[in-house]
Amino acid sequence: MIGVELVKLLRRPRTWISVVLTCALPFVVAVFITITHLTPPPGQGSAFLSAVLEDGALYPAAALAIVLPVFLPVAVAVVAGDSIAGEATMGTLRYLLVRPVGRTRLLVAKLVSVTAYVLLVVLAVTFTAYATGVFLLGPSRAAAVGQAPPGGGAAGPGGVAGTGVAGQAPTAGQAAGGAVTSLSGAPLSLLQLTERIAGAIAFITVSMLGVAAIALFLSTITDSALGSAMGALAALVASEVLVTLNAATVVQPYLPTRYWLAWIDFFRQPIFWRDIQRGFGIQVVYVVVFLAAAWANFSTKDITA
Amino acid sequence: MISTSALTKRYGAVTAVQSVDLDVREGDRYGLLGPNGSGKTTLVRMLLGLVYATSGQIEVMGQRIPRNVREVLPQIGALIEEPAAYPHLSGRANLALLDAAGPGGRTARRTRGKRIDEALEQVGLAGVGRRPVKAYSLGMRQRLGLAAALMRRPRLLILDEPGNGLDPRGIRDLRALIIGLNEAGVTVFLSSHLLAEVEQLCTRVGVLDAGRLVLQDDLAVLRAPTGRIVVDTPDADQVAAMLDGQVEHRDGQQLLVRYPDAAALNARLVGAGLRVSAIGPHQRTLEEIVLSVTGTGSDHIGGPA
Repeated sequence: MIGVELVKLLRRPRTWISVVLTCALPFVVAVFITITHLTPPPGQGSAFLSAVLEDGALYPAAALAIVLPVFLPVAVAVVAGDSIAGEATMGTLRYLLVRPVGRTRLLVAKLVSVTAYVLLVVLAVTFTAYATGVFLLGPSRAAAVGQAPPGGGAAGPGGVAGTGVAGQAPTAGQAAGGAVTSLSGAPLSLLQLTERIAGAIAFITVSMLGVAAIALFLSTITDSALGSAMGALAALVASEVLVTLNAATVVQPYLPTRYWLAWIDFFRQPIFWRDIQRGFGIQVVYVVVFLAAAWANFSTKDITA
Repeated sequence: MISTSALTKRYGAVTAVQSVDLDVREGDRYGLLGPNGSGKTTLVRMLLGLVYATSGQIEVMGQRIPRNVREVLPQIGALIEEPAAYPHLSGRANLALLDAAGPGGRTARRTRGKRIDEALEQVGLAGVGRRPVKAYSLGMRQRLGLAAALMRRPRLLILDEPGNGLDPRGIRDLRALIIGLNEAGVTVFLSSHLLAEVEQLCTRVGVLDAGRLVLQDDLAVLRAPTGRIVVDTPDADQVAAMLDGQVEHRDGQQLLVRYPDAAALNARLVGAGLRVSAIGPHQRTLEEIVLSVTGTGSDHIGGPA
């Protein structure tokens, strides 16, 4: 059943259109920055954008920060909200269930399929942004210098961007040699950067699964795919409003979007774990609670669509 | 094959199905009749475990539903209201996905292609299985839905309004297909609001009216001669005079006569020099039978409750 859901996901034009559109936004941003050489000053605008001119290899992180607030949650809410409700509207749900596919099994397969979709989008954004960053914005200035003293990237003292110590590759290949500067100013080797981007991808994926779980739950309640996607997005907007509201400080630690940007802490040296752990914990709670609710509702529901 | 006892489904204050004792025997071609809104679809969905009964019991092939749907459903082919398919995929890909979603593992996978070919052939779609479903006509979609019901070579077919969307030729093909399958040992349970379709196709009839099963019997029993004779004669006045007291009803040249035997009556009329155009034992039509046991349809607003 899981295989069937993956085939359905991958053979659906919508999947690829949304992936292309999500990847296109950071690309367009990169084109503008390349042409104008204007980036937001540090501390303003989307995270990392201020640093990408110095170091194109940091662009995947900037791209993830660009798509995270709207594009990613919208795409995930649409796909997850459609998962059960869309089948119900099309009428295919009843035929799947009498095949028979167990209701729990169907829900698990949908969850796996949504997870695969989230990973697909996030990885696609990461890789296209890496290519964009390296080819359009250029590799790290440090890589251009190309000197690689023994001892690895993390050893050398930090400093302003572009003066970081180069990585382990003496040949100074464009992609392999550059040392990237962390947000804290300390340099990161390519290995460290890769690890941290992987960490960020994992964190963002888990955050998106929180959205997906809410949308999936709503998808079992209504037969309207649009309704469940919009419902999940409404929950996120509400959370965003409360996160910025001082009067709501009491509930803020429990809001789904409160720690959404905590993955940025992966790019500090050393990694600042506190918010990452809290964010991860909150998302796991949301995923478990809403999946349980989805299961409880779906497994006892009359299928009248 | 199917038996229910005191099966009841309530949606809030509305009782959709009330205390139904269905009895479908192996080898039957059972036609469930009833006006729109009489509870046919709800009943069918309960038999398939899609809708949960409020009270009462269901047994299909000797197994309790919904508890043992896993054992029973693989042996059932079902068409539930309209057919449904993923529009961007071909008919064949739709069948393959649906089949792969179900149980059966390696055996099912090995025979899949052959079974799909067979099913498409049976419903007359062999040539168009590779076209995307969005290019299908209504009748072709209905045929594809039938193919989906047939591809697992079921012992029991449950078809909800199978004639929908088919043209007269399609209806004739469907009738031949159902009779052929039935003769090969498949029990058929179908619901319809088309009396003529059921009368031509079925061996056993149930009539649902406002959620109650008001009639259930073999068609041969229901349509047994009523003990009266229908006489068509141009000499209607003379015949009426001659058989005074035995004529129950007169409609132009047609008389309904209480008489033990049609041949004897014919001999007597001809012996008396009266012309007879047609003569035969009187049978009630299915329409008369159904109308005599049902009230107004429940989608008739303002009728008696």
